[in-house]
Amino acid sequence: MRQFLGFLVTMVTAALLIYSTPEMPGWGDPNSPASTHVSPRYIEKADEETHTPNIVTAVLADYRGYDTMGETMVVFVAGIGCIMLLRRRQHK
Amino acid sequence: MIWQLDLILLLLVLITGIAALSVRDLLSSAIILGAYSFLMCLLWTEMGAVDVAFTEATVGAGVSTVFFVAAIYHTTRRTKD
Amino acid sequence: MIRRNDDLIIETLARLLIPFIQAFALYVLFLGHYSPGGGFQGGVLVAASLILLIIAFDLEKTTKRFSEKFNVICNGGGVFIYAGIGLLCILLGGNLLDYSVLSKILPVGPEEARALGILGVEIGVEITVAACLVSIFIDLAANGEN
Repeated sequence: MRQFLGFLVTMVTAALLIYSTPEMPGWGDPNSPASTHVSPRYIEKADEETHTPNIVTAVLADYRGYDTMGETMVVFVAGIGCIMLLRRRQHK
Repeated sequence: MIWQLDLILLLLVLITGIAALSVRDLLSSAIILGAYSFLMCLLWTEMGAVDVAFTEATVGAGVSTVFFVAAIYHTTRRTKD
Repeated sequence: MIRRNDDLIIETLARLLIPFIQAFALYVLFLGHYSPGGGFQGGVLVAASLILLIIAFDLEKTTKRFSEKFNVICNGGGVFIYAGIGLLCILLGGNLLDYSVLSKILPVGPEEARALGILGVEIGVEITVAACLVSIFIDLAANGEN
């Protein structure tokens, strides 16, 4: 019974996801909301403003630098947490 | 974007994903998960997101497989369920 | 887990491969402005070369060269470089992480200063990611014996 209930919930969720997929914009659509808001400005101005031809790096480290700083801190805190969890000092 | 290549890659991603969940040996599961990451890397390269593909190839297929193998070495190799 | 096994083929291959992996990691870091790549991928490559060193040789020999204390210092030092560049921009009169004001202390224009700021930030990310992954692998492989 529990297995059947789980199967039912999974199938309903999959049906809803598949039903809503055709509403999403197409692959690389220039009229989709993601590529009409700020993307054209970055594509036009990134090279002359930062002298970085790779726009991905310019957005990641310059325009969205605060975001990448948080990401680096997440990596740092994850490393410290792994050290505190896994490292066992021998008491002599 | 070539739809034949896309179809083959998506089918292989589906097969490796289901195989990694259903196989009994955890070491084989870790290796199949590495193959899954590599196929996702190929899919992203084919869609034009080369930076994401590079990250997936180094982190997913390289280092995380080593971490899984090191964790399995200290625990058990068989699943309970 | 990791003990010395005196296998000539593995040790020679590791000796040959590790310098090339580290040189490729630096290539990925510095060519991140022109081609795919950057700090995160380069850091993972540095960590992969050090993990190969631990697997091919033993753990004690590696931690003698790359000690755990130095590892933790690198882990925090990368974040320090990143946040330090951001604070330096505030001290020079700009906003946080606005690299164009770095042209006041560097002999370049504001556009090149932004490119150099991106490079400094990526170096910080690389150091943090490499030290974090290596410390996780050391703790997994040592199993509490260190």
